Amino acid sequence: MSLVQEIKELVIKGHIHTQSKYPSDLEGKPGVEETVRQAIEQKMEIATILRQGLIAGMDVVGEKFSKGEYFVPEMLFSAKAMKAGLAILRPHMSDKETLTVGKVIIGTVQGDMHDIGKNLVGMMLEGAGFEVIDMGINTSPEKFLEAAQQHPGAIVGMSALLTITMEKMKDVVDLLKSKGSRNKVMIGGAPVTQNFASQIGADGYASDASQAVMKAKELLGIKQ
Amino acid sequence: MVAQKDDLLFGLAPRPVHCGYDLTIGAGQVFPEINFTLPQIDINPGTWSQIRNQYQTMIREICQRAVELYCPGLVVEFELLPPMTLNPHWGAEITEILKATLDHYYNKEGLRSALRVTPVDVREYIRPPKMRSGPWLEKVLDSFKLCAQAGADLLAIESTGGKEVHDEMLVAGDLRGIIFALGVLGVRDMEFLWKQIVEIAGQNKKIASGDSACGFANTAMVLAEKKMIPKVLAAVVRSASIVRSVVAYWQGAVGPSKDCAYEGPFIKAITGAPISMEGKSSACAHLSPLGNIAAACCDLWSNESVQNVRLLSASAPVVSLEQLVYDCRLMNQALKEGKPAALLLQKLLSRSDAGHDPQAYILQPEIVLTICKKLIQGTTPYQMVLAAVDATLDVLRSAVKEKEILLSVLELRWLDMLAAQRELIPEDETQLLEEIIASSGEIKFDMKEYGL
Repeated sequence: MSLVQEIKELVIKGHIHTQSKYPSDLEGKPGVEETVRQAIEQKMEIATILRQGLIAGMDVVGEKFSKGEYFVPEMLFSAKAMKAGLAILRPHMSDKETLTVGKVIIGTVQGDMHDIGKNLVGMMLEGAGFEVIDMGINTSPEKFLEAAQQHPGAIVGMSALLTITMEKMKDVVDLLKSKGSRNKVMIGGAPVTQNFASQIGADGYASDASQAVMKAKELLGIKQ
Repeated sequence: MVAQKDDLLFGLAPRPVHCGYDLTIGAGQVFPEINFTLPQIDINPGTWSQIRNQYQTMIREICQRAVELYCPGLVVEFELLPPMTLNPHWGAEITEILKATLDHYYNKEGLRSALRVTPVDVREYIRPPKMRSGPWLEKVLDSFKLCAQAGADLLAIESTGGKEVHDEMLVAGDLRGIIFALGVLGVRDMEFLWKQIVEIAGQNKKIASGDSACGFANTAMVLAEKKMIPKVLAAVVRSASIVRSVVAYWQGAVGPSKDCAYEGPFIKAITGAPISMEGKSSACAHLSPLGNIAAACCDLWSNESVQNVRLLSASAPVVSLEQLVYDCRLMNQALKEGKPAALLLQKLLSRSDAGHDPQAYILQPEIVLTICKKLIQGTTPYQMVLAAVDATLDVLRSAVKEKEILLSVLELRWLDMLAAQRELIPEDETQLLEEIIASSGEIKFDMKEYGL
């Protein structure tokens, strides 16, 4: 198995470094950190390590989750392993190279305190190579606008779990449009539907964290 | 503690609660608990008049239908939406409207009833949450005071102490973190909050009813339904959440427990308080694997919450009420026919769900007592949480061995992983706290907000 394939497999299994106890059958064996360092020492292209190792591993993890072969905790271990690998790659990136495939601003709308779904979306997006700017819970339309203006080109992702707070999503869309923002908007959450997304003028809707990644890639024109 | 399985039955609680307009809960009948909420609408001063009208219409239609169906009594739950908790006088206004209609129907039609009011725990509006002081806590307490003065009979809340830790630990499948959130933080917050709720209830001659581990165990249940976390983990979380819910009763709450407290049977077994439960009747609000078994020990049967939308027959709240009334009628007929009939119905409710999901399995009355008997051997709340988790893992492993429940390979692997994790959790609470503090920010919480 090539080094980059090893990296991919270790991300899939969520094994961060030699001392990591997860998974139990790999304790004491090299993890993503050691293997990425080895790949760098062997002068492997950074982009190859990133895309064919780390991101490719998370793509498989996403598929396993969609098929019911992985739960979220397994995905989290893999995401941690992937982030650990990214942290080692970062100092070796040139100014022109980018580690990210795109940016997504995420937040739960004003008046809503629920964030598990949002956090899962953030995790999946990071695992897929996106830079995530997390606004947290109870995020006002003005704060979404500020973030959108600071990160032009980023997708604005909103979550709501209550029918009385999902109305705020329209406020955000309207505010962004009124200020000339060209950021794409994506929404999700238990009461949210594609129909609602269309009604309020959002660019995309995702029914779960996995779908959010696919929609984000679609909105930014990134090949799946 | 309830000693025998046959004494853990729907409609009967060792310590019934008399409340509202001549309603006694847990004294031989099951009553519906109806909860209704607004459809998609922005709550602001501009829409407030329309919102008042909606509540007025909903309560009138519900009471009218209850009378038409010869309903022997009902509990109406008003869950304050976040803006109504943040503006407590709004919550009080709606409370008045609901109480006035219940008063009218009691006097005119003899409809027995009680009004439960449940503010939102807005302390978690900021992260990290301010649990013990500040404007968010004040809003919660003001909501209780004003709604009690406006006519609420029963005061309840779905409190969230420890949730900021639990949410992260749950999705990570970290049992140590989950037990810390529930058994150390949650318990402390319950002691703090319920002392105050009981005081407010006493000052206003109202009843401090109960709490729910909704934000913990129901979050786990819903995530398990979406296949995001294992069902065995959700079952263990349910057991681990029993103690924090029971703390309300140790502080002076008397029941009925909150409808979304699926740990209700455990609460009833330990405290004798009557319980509200929701199952298939709450599919309008959320899905669950507990549709039938949830009724097995209930004293109130709830719909959780339904939006005020028009269905083909009538408004959704009226439809929901009708469904509850018929379910209660069946259970009450069984009680009327005698204990053997009631126990048979309970057996059918229980066994129809038990083999399909570990969360249902542990709600069987006999399993509830098995877990409770181990739980009460703990000498501190933390020890009780550990005992409940141990008992649940044992019960599930035994159930798998006896083929009483079929679990997937993935779920079985998780049962082993949870057992392995449990072995690493210290028996001493102080040691766990030291480990958590030493874990360098892995688990983020503010110690002083929990009195630590």
